[in-house]
Amino acid sequence: MSSATDDAARWAELFGIAAPPGEEEQSTRRRGLLGRLKDSLTRPQQAISPQLAGVFAHKLVTADMWDELEEALISADCGMDATLALVEELREEAGQGRIVSGSEVAPALAKAVKAMMAPEPPKLEIGDSPTVILVVGVNGSGKTTTVGKLAHRLSELGQRVVIGAADTFRAAAVEQLAVWADRSEAQLVRQAPGADPGAVAFDAVSSARARGADVVLIDTAGRLQTQRNLMEELRKVGAVVSKADPTAPHHTLLVLDATTGQNGLSQAKLFGEALPLSGVILTKLDGTAKGGIAVAVNRELGIPIVLAGVGEKLEDLHPFDAEAYARAIFSGPESAETPR
Amino acid sequence: MFDSLSDKLQGVFSGLRGKGKLTEADIDQAMRAIRLSLLEADVNMAVVKQFTKSIAERAKGSEVMNSLTPDQQVVKIVNEELTTLMGESNVGVPFAQRPPTIVLMAGLQGSGKTTCCAKLARYYQQQGRAPMMVACDVHRPAAAQQLAVLGEQIDVPVYREDGSDAVGIARRGVDEARSKMRDLIIVDTAGRTVLDEQMMDELVEIRNTVKPTAVLLVLDSMTGQTAVEVAQAFQEAVQFDGAVLTKLDGDARGGAALSVRATTGRPIYFVGTGEKVDALEPFHPDRMASRILGMGDVLSLIEKAQQTIEVEDPKALEKKILGGGMTLDDFGQQLAQIRKMGPIGQLLGMMPGVGKKLKDVEVDERQIDRVQAIISSMTPSERRRPEIINGSRRQRIAAGSGTSVQEVNQLLSQFKQMRKMMKRMGRGGLPQLFGT
Repeated sequence: MSSATDDAARWAELFGIAAPPGEEEQSTRRRGLLGRLKDSLTRPQQAISPQLAGVFAHKLVTADMWDELEEALISADCGMDATLALVEELREEAGQGRIVSGSEVAPALAKAVKAMMAPEPPKLEIGDSPTVILVVGVNGSGKTTTVGKLAHRLSELGQRVVIGAADTFRAAAVEQLAVWADRSEAQLVRQAPGADPGAVAFDAVSSARARGADVVLIDTAGRLQTQRNLMEELRKVGAVVSKADPTAPHHTLLVLDATTGQNGLSQAKLFGEALPLSGVILTKLDGTAKGGIAVAVNRELGIPIVLAGVGEKLEDLHPFDAEAYARAIFSGPESAETPR
Repeated sequence: MFDSLSDKLQGVFSGLRGKGKLTEADIDQAMRAIRLSLLEADVNMAVVKQFTKSIAERAKGSEVMNSLTPDQQVVKIVNEELTTLMGESNVGVPFAQRPPTIVLMAGLQGSGKTTCCAKLARYYQQQGRAPMMVACDVHRPAAAQQLAVLGEQIDVPVYREDGSDAVGIARRGVDEARSKMRDLIIVDTAGRTVLDEQMMDELVEIRNTVKPTAVLLVLDSMTGQTAVEVAQAFQEAVQFDGAVLTKLDGDARGGAALSVRATTGRPIYFVGTGEKVDALEPFHPDRMASRILGMGDVLSLIEKAQQTIEVEDPKALEKKILGGGMTLDDFGQQLAQIRKMGPIGQLLGMMPGVGKKLKDVEVDERQIDRVQAIISSMTPSERRRPEIINGSRRQRIAAGSGTSVQEVNQLLSQFKQMRKMMKRMGRGGLPQLFGT
């Protein structure tokens, strides 16, 4: 199967909408998450982590091998809890004779990670218009860029997009978003720097309703999850959006940097307390062979990963594919290649 | 979310109390607790292994084995070793002998480089330098605009161009700063992943062009295990001189700091502690060590207190309070000053031990608002001598502060209690109060 058409289909499936005609042709230029990840992972200096390579090189299953696997998973930021669960599961399989060598650990691990993360493909339904999507996260996680990419994707799928520039705090955040809006042919709703973010969000939703737009993407200012007043502000943005439309926000997405360590758990927990999270967007997956924090967040807080960012270009955002992710990150490029 | 190392070690050693001597197996168990604690703080796996090995050797020495409080001994050793490993305190950016000093910023996307440029400029501007910033991030939309806005806020000139030639902009920017006789030139660059060779090459080229006095790696304190690879890759490409650790005002334990230090040997110059341009502080290894171990940050708390609380004559106030002579005036002032330091919940989190127990307790700031309102609604003589407050005064105070007579009563009785307690403390009753 070609991953390009696969990707377009995945987008349509993610949003619960039909892909417009011609999409298939256009998307031959693009490759799915698997392809992009493989690219970044097969660059000369980078394969899977040396620790995992070491595990897979074992001829026979030994106690040392399990220790090494544990270390490798921790080194991928999976966290203690998820790591122990994964190792335990694989040990059981080995006990039943299904794993006898290190090389067999690779596919089994990918399978276990996938099962732990997402038995079902992620969903981000675009329903009755306008669907309001609130994008939240800590400073520098990649919210603005992600909003730009998401707007681009939605526009390509024939959706009319309004972007609300509710990051009124960071210098030039609105200008940055304006560039992205321009590139993705989305309508930008903005106010002066320092304006009330709730007011911007309200404006964006009202304006989208007036124009009959399909989707409203609201970019919020980055904030550390421990800043109580800023988290309160975020809660207020959510409440104000609900005033404009009682069913909104329809989705609240947390943007999580894939290079984040165990603090990602605190981020997901505290942002979730401010506003119920419908999913996580894992960004900068191209910069690291890890991103295991996604496994930990998914396991401990039950929040699904819906999208993955793998580069700086407009096209570099993909519906999260747990299998591609698990294979690319935890089994290495060789096994990521095989079934294509 | 995670227990501090001291909590963990207490768990390990509590079962051993009264057992007499510790065995090597007990120590091994303690090492596992240390290992887990460091991993939860995102210290790199390889660094953790090395570190616990050296700790184990020291712990197996007599100082722990024969101690009555082995948990405390182990924590002490870990803390000491960690502090040593963290390196010298308070190392500043090296300055050129002949100005200008050129500082090149590098780091991953979103690590906080642009904000950090402005903070550094601000920091050194306040020390009498004349900084200028050069905006070489041609990749992220509006990055140059962001730097320009920040520059305007702090009154530091910014060189920017519209094109996409980062190396050329860097060269012309530095030339311009030289001609303007600026003595500190801070060059902002685009964020890049270390796997992107083209982008890493661009950084190397910028470095070769501007020949910086120092290259600074800007690192997010929330970074996980990958911090080591990131630091090594930047080390290899541009030989950075030191690091700035950003976003430390959150609850990240910041193990990345240790990873970077241990694998590259480079010092950490500064830490970023907030969104405002002046939220940049020199690095303190001892504080970082306690933080990584999840043991609170008393020193930062004290420093914060010293910065925000103005006590005209602390000795006299202490005498007054401990002598039972504290008035509601003093109490009101203290309350106002404590609140200046920030949300009470955040302050509690900085205290060792308290952090864990009170982490989930909501501190109702509005309750304190009401207390302050009640005190403000009293006359000066009432504040000095609360015993004169009778029924009708109570009603007036309640009406004036928008509270109820019950609330006024409650405050008055609490204040009376507190005054009694303070008096007892003043008489040397402190041990009884807190137990030994």
